[in-house]
Amino acid sequence: MSPIRRDKVLYFLFLHRTGLFVGLLTAALMLFPLIEDNPYTLGLTNLIAINTIVVLGLNLFIGYAGQISLGHAAFFALGAYGSAVTTVAGGMSPWPAMLLVAVLVGLIALVIGIPVLRLTGHYLAMATLGFNFVIHTVLLEWDEVTGGPSGFSGIPPLGWGDFLFDSEVRLHYLLWGSAMLCLLLSLNLVRSGVGRGLAGLAGDETAAASLGVDTKRAKVKVFVLSAVFASLAGSLFAHCYGFVSPDSFGIFTSADLVIMVVVGGMGSIWGSLLGAGLITLLPEWVDVFATYKDFVHGGILVLVLMFLPQGLVTGIVDLVRVKIALRRRKHAAA
Amino acid sequence: MLRLDGVSRLFGGLPALDRVCFDVARGRVTALIGPNGAGKSTLINCITGVDTPTGGTVTFQERDITGLAAHRVSRLGIARTFQNLRLFPRLSVLDNVLCGLSGEGGRSMVMAMLRLPYLRHRERLLKLRALEALDRFGLADKASWPASILAYGDKKRVELARATVGRPDLLLLDEPVAGLNSDETAAVGEQLRRLRAGGHTILLVEHDMELVMDIADQVVVLDSGRCIAVGSPDEVRRNPVVLEAYLGQMEATA
Ligand SMILES: Nc1ncnc2c1ncn2[C@@H]1O[C@H](COP(=O)(O)OP(=O)(O)OP(=O)(O)O)[C@@H](O)[C@H]1O
Ligand SMILES: [Mg+2]
Repeated sequence: MSPIRRDKVLYFLFLHRTGLFVGLLTAALMLFPLIEDNPYTLGLTNLIAINTIVVLGLNLFIGYAGQISLGHAAFFALGAYGSAVTTVAGGMSPWPAMLLVAVLVGLIALVIGIPVLRLTGHYLAMATLGFNFVIHTVLLEWDEVTGGPSGFSGIPPLGWGDFLFDSEVRLHYLLWGSAMLCLLLSLNLVRSGVGRGLAGLAGDETAAASLGVDTKRAKVKVFVLSAVFASLAGSLFAHCYGFVSPDSFGIFTSADLVIMVVVGGMGSIWGSLLGAGLITLLPEWVDVFATYKDFVHGGILVLVLMFLPQGLVTGIVDLVRVKIALRRRKHAAA
Repeated sequence: MLRLDGVSRLFGGLPALDRVCFDVARGRVTALIGPNGAGKSTLINCITGVDTPTGGTVTFQERDITGLAAHRVSRLGIARTFQNLRLFPRLSVLDNVLCGLSGEGGRSMVMAMLRLPYLRHRERLLKLRALEALDRFGLADKASWPASILAYGDKKRVELARATVGRPDLLLLDEPVAGLNSDETAAVGEQLRRLRAGGHTILLVEHDMELVMDIADQVVVLDSGRCIAVGSPDEVRRNPVVLEAYLGQMEATA
C-alpha cells in the first residue's frame, strides 16, 4: 500500500472510529454466548447490561448536565414495579406496558425535576436522596399493590408469540441489544450540537447561557432522559428475573450507580460501560469485596474523586489529550 | 440598535450603575471606557441577561429586553466575551467555537439522539464555519487542542472566535486585549476593524486608549456607575470632566 493510500485509510478509520467501536463491540457481544455458555456467568453479564443502561442515563445527567442524583434507584424501581403491576395485575402485554411505564416515569421526573433542579450541590443530593427514600418506603408499605417486603413475583418474561426470552442466552441478546441501543443513542447525543451545549453547561453555566443554551430546560430534559433510561432498565430487570423486591432499590443501589458513573468517568459514554462492568463484577472476583461491599465501594469513590476528579476513564483520557497536545506545542515551538 | 434608558443596578444599596442612558448605533463601534470599578462589566452583564438591572430599560432593535434570560438575549443575536476568560477548559478549541453555533445545529434532543443524515450534514457545515472562524484568528492549527493548555493570548482569541462565529448583530466585548502584548493587540485591533467593515455593531469595553481612539466611532465614559460623557473620540479626549475622572483616579492611586 502506498503511504498516501495508507494515510487515507487511517483517516477514514479515524473519522468513523465511533461507528467502528460500536460495530466491533456488537460483533463480540453476538459471539460471546458461543464461547461462554455458563448460565451463571451470563446472568452476571446480563446484569451488567441492565446496569449499563441506568448508568448511561445517569452519566449524561452527572457528567453532561453537571448535576448530581442520589435517587436514580427510585426511577429504576418505578420501571420495575410499573411493569410488574401493569402486566400482572393490569393484564397488559409486556412491551406496551414497558413503553407506557417509561412515559409515566418520564412525566414523574419532569414534575419532580422542574422544582428540584433549581437546587444545586448538597441540596440537590439531599432532595433526590429523599425521593429515593419515599419510593422505597412506598414499596415496603403499600403491600396490596407492591407485595411489601417479600416482593412481587410471577412477572411474565418478554417475548414475541411463542418465542420467550426465558433462558440466559436469549436474555443476553435482549439485554445487550437494548444496552447497545442506549449506548448508540447516548453517543449520538454527545456528538451533536445539543451535546456540546450540555458539555458547556457542565463546564460553565453562565458562559453556556450566554451562548444560547437554555440551562434550566436542558437540565430538566437530561434528568427526564436519565429517568426514562432507568425505567426501561427497571422493566427489563423485572421481566428478566420474574421477581422484584424492595431490596434492589434502596439508597445503596443509588449510591452504587453513582459510583459506577464516577469509576467510568464523568460524561464518558464508553466509561459508563466500564464502570457498570467493574462495579458489578468486583464482588464476584474477590470475596472480601462481597462481604464489605459498601465499604469497598465507598473507598473506591473517595480514591477516584481524590486523584481523578473527572472519574477514571475521563480523567485518564484528559491526561493523555493534554500530554499529546503539550508535546505538539513543544514541537511547534522548536 | 441598542438603547439604554436609565439603567441602574444596585448592589446592597450601593449603585454600580446609576441611570445610564446611551445608544449604540448600528454598524458602528461604540467604546465604553471608565476607571476600574466604574460599572462597565456590570453594564454588559445587565444587557446580556447575566445580571438583571434594578431599574431602567434595555431596548434592542425596538424590543424591550430588560431582564430577559441570558439564552434568550443570545438567541436575539447578541454575543459577548467575558473579561475573565470563560472558555470550556475540557472541550477542544474547535468544540469551544462550535458552542458559539449551538442554535444552528437544532435544539431537539431526540433528533440529536437519532443523528439523522440531515443533522450530520449540518454538523459538517458548522465544523467548516468554526474552522474558518479559527483561521481568521490564526488558530486553525490548534483546533484539536484542549482549550485549557492554550496560552493566555490564544484563549482570548478563541473567545473572540466563539463570539463572532455565529455572526451576531451586536457584539459586546469586555476588554478583548487586556493582558495581550502589542503584536497581539494590533492583530485583534485589525480583526475588530474587519468585523466593523463586515457590518457588525460592536460595544467595546477597553482600557487600551490607543485602540479605543483608533477604532471607536463613539465613546461613552462611565464613572462610579454614572455616564459622564458621550461623544466622538476627540470630543471625549478634550472633555474636562473626563480628564478629571481619570486624573482623580490617578491621584488617588498615586
Ligand atoms: N456581584 C457583585 N456584588 C457586589 N458588588 C459588585 C458585584 N459585581 C460588581 N460589584 C461592584 O460594582 C462595581 C462595578 O464593577 P464592574 O466590575 O462593573 O467594574 P468595571 O468597570 O468592569 O471595572 P474593571 O475595569 O476593573 O473591569 C464595583 O465597585 C464592584 O465592586
Ligand atoms: Mg470589568
